Amino acid sequence: MSQFFHQGSACALPVNHVDTDQIIPKQFLTGTTRDGFGDALFFDWRYTEDGTPNPDFVLNKPENKGVSVLVSGHNFGCGSSREHAPWALAQFGFKVVIAGSFADIFYRNCINNKLLPAQVDEAALQQLQHYCATAGNQLAIDLAQQQIVLADGRRIAFNISSTDREQLMNDCDFIGIAEQHLDAIDRYETERAGQAPWMLPKGYCV
Amino acid sequence: MGMTLYEKIYQQHKVATLNEHTDLLYIDFHFIHEVTSPQAFAGLHEAGRRVRNPVATLATMDHNISTQNRRIDGAGEISQQQLEALQRNCREFQIPLLDITHRDQGIVHVIGPEQGITQPGMTIVCGDSHTSTHGAFGALAFGIGTSEVEHVLATQTLPQQRAKSMCVQIDGHLPASVSAKDVILAVIGRIGTAGGTGYVVEYCGEAIRSMDMEERMTICNMTIEMGAKAGLIAPDEVTFSYLQGRPKAPTGEQWQQAVRQWRQLKTDADAKFDKTVVIAARDIRPQITWGTSPEQVMALADRVPDPAQFKEVEQQQNAVKALEYMGLIPNTPLQDYPVDVVFIGSCTNSRIVDLRQAAAVVKGSRVAEHVRALVVPGSAQVKRQAEQEGLADIFKAAGFEWREPGCSMCLAMNDDIVLPGKRCVSTSNRNFEGRQGRAARTHLASPAIAASAAIHGYLSSHPIMTGEGLV
Ligand code: SF4
Repeated sequence: MSQFFHQGSACALPVNHVDTDQIIPKQFLTGTTRDGFGDALFFDWRYTEDGTPNPDFVLNKPENKGVSVLVSGHNFGCGSSREHAPWALAQFGFKVVIAGSFADIFYRNCINNKLLPAQVDEAALQQLQHYCATAGNQLAIDLAQQQIVLADGRRIAFNISSTDREQLMNDCDFIGIAEQHLDAIDRYETERAGQAPWMLPKGYCV
Repeated sequence: MGMTLYEKIYQQHKVATLNEHTDLLYIDFHFIHEVTSPQAFAGLHEAGRRVRNPVATLATMDHNISTQNRRIDGAGEISQQQLEALQRNCREFQIPLLDITHRDQGIVHVIGPEQGITQPGMTIVCGDSHTSTHGAFGALAFGIGTSEVEHVLATQTLPQQRAKSMCVQIDGHLPASVSAKDVILAVIGRIGTAGGTGYVVEYCGEAIRSMDMEERMTICNMTIEMGAKAGLIAPDEVTFSYLQGRPKAPTGEQWQQAVRQWRQLKTDADAKFDKTVVIAARDIRPQITWGTSPEQVMALADRVPDPAQFKEVEQQQNAVKALEYMGLIPNTPLQDYPVDVVFIGSCTNSRIVDLRQAAAVVKGSRVAEHVRALVVPGSAQVKRQAEQEGLADIFKAAGFEWREPGCSMCLAMNDDIVLPGKRCVSTSNRNFEGRQGRAARTHLASPAIAASAAIHGYLSSHPIMTGEGLV
């Protein structure tokens, strides 16, 4: 395996507060499986009203074909909790989203889908947006070092908690981890039933 | 050092420590709906897992249903497939479901409290960001993604990292014309849509204490719009009297015992918040959003802001873009803009108190000719009560559409869509681009302001604006 979490080309969407309604609008939330969301990514920005691709939108530019790293602004992924947002990003081909900050639920959904949310400071963000706009825009992600490596060798630090980093580096099954604590969960439930019996869910007669 | 309410609830639910930063937290109750659950059930299937405690989850149909009728095919074939998937999954995994025709069906965040399921000191999650609503009861409640829904179904727990804590204190008494919606919009305007990221917010102060439970729910509901993980209000007598007698609330000896424990659920006097924001209630005026983010909010009586008035370049750019999308000209009074649609509903403002406030404004008037106005009650129970109280008749006589319960035009997944370029005053919680329909222009406001806009056909000049208070 390569030393890098991912290597690929990047494009910039220098917008702050990109919300999950923008990432994937509600009319695409009717599915019952986890796939088929890639084509609807950024739908209202990506397509014109008659359904043809909007040539001005960054993902439709020929030079961005095959792009796999998205560099955006602050508060990326705010709004609705829909996990369809990271699904759509991943299915489009993104492996990494770099932003000044992320909304909490979106961030967690990324980790759970092996999409790397890399948080960088303002200066780094500017540098990366600039890099995407001009240079050959290839970059690599050194997850162990928490660095973004540009084609000219420059390295830019990003933040991620050590726990989340581990989880992205190793293929871990979160439910499986919790299941290792089944005894503790059982114990907790028994104690609870003694101390706060009204908390036991009564179920619903339907 | 003392503990905050958040820390107490967190501590009480810790089942195991997973690593330096992460704990396994027990989840007392879990709500699900048709849109964010199917893939979670599929995941359980794939892994051959079961639902650990089916009665700790309650399913409802709300997001994707028609509110014109109570038919499962009412919003079309694709929506029907999703609703049927929920029925199948609930049957297979034995999860109770409030089906579309059930007498207690409604928006997930309306029915939990209404049924007395939401109680102080609980941890509550749902695959929906507005789960923060339940924090009004002093429950730690937050939205989760579908992978986490699967995790909760399988284990009744979630891995969590501790959040920071923020205190938002609203001192003094609110002017008579100011509602809970105005308060939370003003708070978001102050803190910003990312200002709460990484925090759990506890609301306190006299103005919050004097609110009823439904107003408190409006406050906690929109906490997610400042990016916070959850909103909390310490339980008090108002909370207890709301809960007493509700179907799932404790009774008899257990009620006494519960109340005794609930009284302990408050932030200790010597606890420290990571951040505190203090706002004087008397400074808050009726609010309305002018842009495409809930933080782009102004007093209704003010003029549309000039982008140049913002300090940060970024805010200026955002304002230019938002004003263009919204079709507004800087420095003009909002009253000059005609309204096309008025939506009264959503988990923010579709409870009985909200409908009473709106009906008080509407009573005896007619919806303006050019306006399409709808009222969508939050639950079947709210609908019945509003009909009994005569509120439905007031709305219908005025020319409002009186609908079946559901999310409806809040996210416009069904056929309740605002058409491109149309201006909508909505009591919901998000004014993002395209939220209510492609190119739709959303102004978030209170039920009273929305009702007033429906009657006047403009972004209005009702007594609420001049501060004469609600009728
Ligand atoms: S009413 Fe709106 S915000 Fe509330 S749960 Fe439904 S879609 Fe979400």
